[in-house]
Amino acid sequence: MRKAYLAFIYVFLYTPIAVLMILSFNKAGMPTAWTGFSTDWYGRLLESPKIIAAAKNSLIVAIISTFIATTIGTLLALGVERRKASASLDALLFTPMIIPDIVLAIALLSFFTMVKFTLGLHSIILAHVVFNIAFVCAVVRARLKSFDWSLTEASYDLGAGALTTFRKITFPLIWPAVVAAALLAFTLSIDEFIIAYFTAGAGQGSTTLPMQIYAMIRFGVTPEINAMATIILLVSFILVLTAQRFNRGSVPGT
Amino acid sequence: MLPGLVWLGVLMVVPCAIILVTAFYERGTYGGVDWSVFTFANFTRAGEWLYLSIFLDSARIAGLAAFFALLIGYPAAYAIARSAPRHQTALLFMAMLPFWTNYLIRTYAWIVLLNPTGLANNFLQWLGLTSAPLPLLYNEFAVILGLVYNYVPFVILAIYSALQRLDPSYAEASRDLGAGALTTFWRITLPLTAPGVAAGAVFVFVLSIGNFITPDLLGGGKLQMVGNLIYDQFLTARDWPFGSALSVFLIAVMLLLLFAQAIAANRARGEGRGHA
Repeated sequence: MRKAYLAFIYVFLYTPIAVLMILSFNKAGMPTAWTGFSTDWYGRLLESPKIIAAAKNSLIVAIISTFIATTIGTLLALGVERRKASASLDALLFTPMIIPDIVLAIALLSFFTMVKFTLGLHSIILAHVVFNIAFVCAVVRARLKSFDWSLTEASYDLGAGALTTFRKITFPLIWPAVVAAALLAFTLSIDEFIIAYFTAGAGQGSTTLPMQIYAMIRFGVTPEINAMATIILLVSFILVLTAQRFNRGSVPGT
Repeated sequence: MLPGLVWLGVLMVVPCAIILVTAFYERGTYGGVDWSVFTFANFTRAGEWLYLSIFLDSARIAGLAAFFALLIGYPAAYAIARSAPRHQTALLFMAMLPFWTNYLIRTYAWIVLLNPTGLANNFLQWLGLTSAPLPLLYNEFAVILGLVYNYVPFVILAIYSALQRLDPSYAEASRDLGAGALTTFWRITLPLTAPGVAAGAVFVFVLSIGNFITPDLLGGGKLQMVGNLIYDQFLTARDWPFGSALSVFLIAVMLLLLFAQAIAANRARGEGRGHA
């Protein structure tokens, strides 16, 4: 009974994903019939300059926003955990995770328009850092809950500066959480659609991969999407599994 | 910690404040905002039946999504919590993993499954349950299914955590006193995990009511929810002040719910201490 129900829930969760992956290798491309194994649709992806450009943009946004958010988010986590618990600070850090994407998207668009900031890849990066700071901070804070602050105090007492203490004491102890947080931030950024869509501006030059996928889905179901979806799903799986290996507990609940 | 607070202050708090202020002004002649006229008109307009009904529809759909996510998520969390301890982490991780993949792709997968020539219809016809393809896609059913699919991992996580905190001796006492498995679940386990149920439900509701992608892709444009309405005001109708007012309204509803849930959770925790 218990096992049967678990089987049901995992079938429910993974069937849609599995079907996409299998169809991406179907020669005919469409789900009506299996017409033989083929990797043609993957080849088609590589021949599409639009998709390649969008993938490149997504990588740029994800790498830079992850780097900034990991640095700032880790420092923020250290600052918050050393202080007394503050409900308003917790609320501020929780907001980016719970606020509807569409609201944050229009808020950022209004803000950028008001201060006459030119939109493009750089505005997407600034926007992605906002929600990624919150996620990085949460993962690192979870790790810091079991952190022994007397170690850093001892370091200060022995005359080490803040930078040396961080480099020699704090970072060596928390780095698995920082790496895991960075991997998760990268995953979130590379998958994010609505906020990028609103803060990308009108130019074709700043189309990210999810924006490209959205345009393709609106146009209709095509076999290329299955191939692209398979690649993106596998990349996410690998990143999240690696994060989990580095730091148990970084993927919420595990 | 300063850079992080500045970043969130400038790029989250200030933009949200701008939305709040914009909601009280008029739309400019060529889009944008006319800062010369202070008005409540956007809010009274949001209260008109045309828009209010979209709000109520969204709330109904979000409510149904939360209900069905609980209905299938609770037994899953229960089954994981009753599994061998060494397997629980892996089982929970497997339930959470889809959440970390691309939302658009997870939603698109349902277009592939539910369309008239898709696998779901082929399967139903093969079973002989229907002779013609059923309209599974581009309706409310598809939207609710999509929302449940995307958010059920949260429910599983929230309820699993609640079950973990549950002291098993309560259920044992109930069984010792002669209650059956069903009575024990209904009178002991379910009430004691209510905070987890509430947290999961509020989460699904909040994420669903402001959703834009699922109604857009699985509703086929026929179904409008608040998220789509806000989207249209900003990118199609170009009435930013009205779109801002709708967002303020949405955020207010969400805050109210989160607040109520936090209070309920606090009270439950207080009672738990009282009993111990």
